[in-house]
Amino acid sequence: MMKIKSVYKPASLEDAYQELLKSSKHVLMAGGAWLRLSNRTVEKAIDLGCLDLAFINDTAEAVEIGSMTTLKAVEDSEIVSGLYDGILPAAVSQIVGIGLRNVVTIGGNVVARHGFSDIITPLLAMNAQLKFYDKGLLSLHEYLETRGKTTDILEKIIIAKVPSRGYFKKVRKTALDFAVINVAVTKTEAGFNISVGSRPSVGMLCETAMALLNKASNIDENLVDKAAKCAADSLKFSDNHRGSGDYRRTLTEVYVKRGLLQLLDLEEKA
Amino acid sequence: MKITLNINNRDYETEVKPGEYLTDTLRRLHQVSVRRGCDTSSCGVCTVLIEGKPVPSCAFLSYRAEGKRITTVEGIPDEASELSRYFGGEGADQCGFCNPGIALSVYALKQAQGPYTEANIRHVLTGHLCRCSGYHAQVEAVKRYLEANHE
Repeated sequence: MMKIKSVYKPASLEDAYQELLKSSKHVLMAGGAWLRLSNRTVEKAIDLGCLDLAFINDTAEAVEIGSMTTLKAVEDSEIVSGLYDGILPAAVSQIVGIGLRNVVTIGGNVVARHGFSDIITPLLAMNAQLKFYDKGLLSLHEYLETRGKTTDILEKIIIAKVPSRGYFKKVRKTALDFAVINVAVTKTEAGFNISVGSRPSVGMLCETAMALLNKASNIDENLVDKAAKCAADSLKFSDNHRGSGDYRRTLTEVYVKRGLLQLLDLEEKA
Repeated sequence: MKITLNINNRDYETEVKPGEYLTDTLRRLHQVSVRRGCDTSSCGVCTVLIEGKPVPSCAFLSYRAEGKRITTVEGIPDEASELSRYFGGEGADQCGFCNPGIALSVYALKQAQGPYTEANIRHVLTGHLCRCSGYHAQVEAVKRYLEANHE
């Protein structure tokens, strides 16, 4: 359990950022639901709950989700449901119970880069951009490539409004469990995105499989098979108590294929 | 940290640690219907309402509850008693450990005025583990309770 010596309630984002820079033992506090996952002792928890970062804005070009927006608010948002066939609310609605979703924030989940995240996987496939207070805009894909502690404050997540379709699948052993694997496939005018998470490490784009599909002039079921296999082969999977790496690889191939077929309006052959 | 919590319309002044979760604080304040279960926000037995929304108190930091309306099952005695009659009628109740959490989630659903479909009742009850009854009887009891108390 994380030990917190004091709580700081910042007056502004700048105030919070300056306080964060003062010491490596100062941390940002989002929903605060999963302090039990850490054994750290922190001198000061900087509470982001008082900074008006809980919002969902619908602009002409994009939907902006404030980092302190709860998962339940994302799940219930008609604005977010209108993006990519509603795969983000669909993914969120499968996370534990309503109570926890009233506490956990989307920003806390994304910044922590939890391997089990059912949110990062669809957001990756939706080409989400992250707006940090100091560094500015960064794609989620770029953020996940960086390692180590982030000394910055995530303000909002930006999802461009484009004609799109989406598919999300979470495979789990019981209703409330973390995923054995989760898969998101999206289609826009720019092409397909495929992401796979809970491998058990954090979600990742299948760039080789995406390139295979997006370079093709005609996509038939043979190419879908090839892309699904390529997606499964190009990612790294590991074993844990929920499933083996081999099992995860097999599931990935199956669900990437189903996702692609669904978005192409093709039937799966028996 | 010294904070004032409003629990069931009564103010309590109390000292909490910065990383203390609400389950511990509420139990210290003798709100014993708030049970300690999994302590990982998965089982639902520690559920309370914060501003009318169900939250697992084992995942809600106590200091953040200051200035907010906290409701435990002690705060809704008539509704809880009425619901328990439907639980009894459907055989949905054995040890009763999970009941306060379920009662609060059902109360929140009733306050939000539904929808009272079976699918939504099941959706609302997801996150409330019961080791005795097997869930179906609970869903039936909640359905009948909401049908009978629908305004």
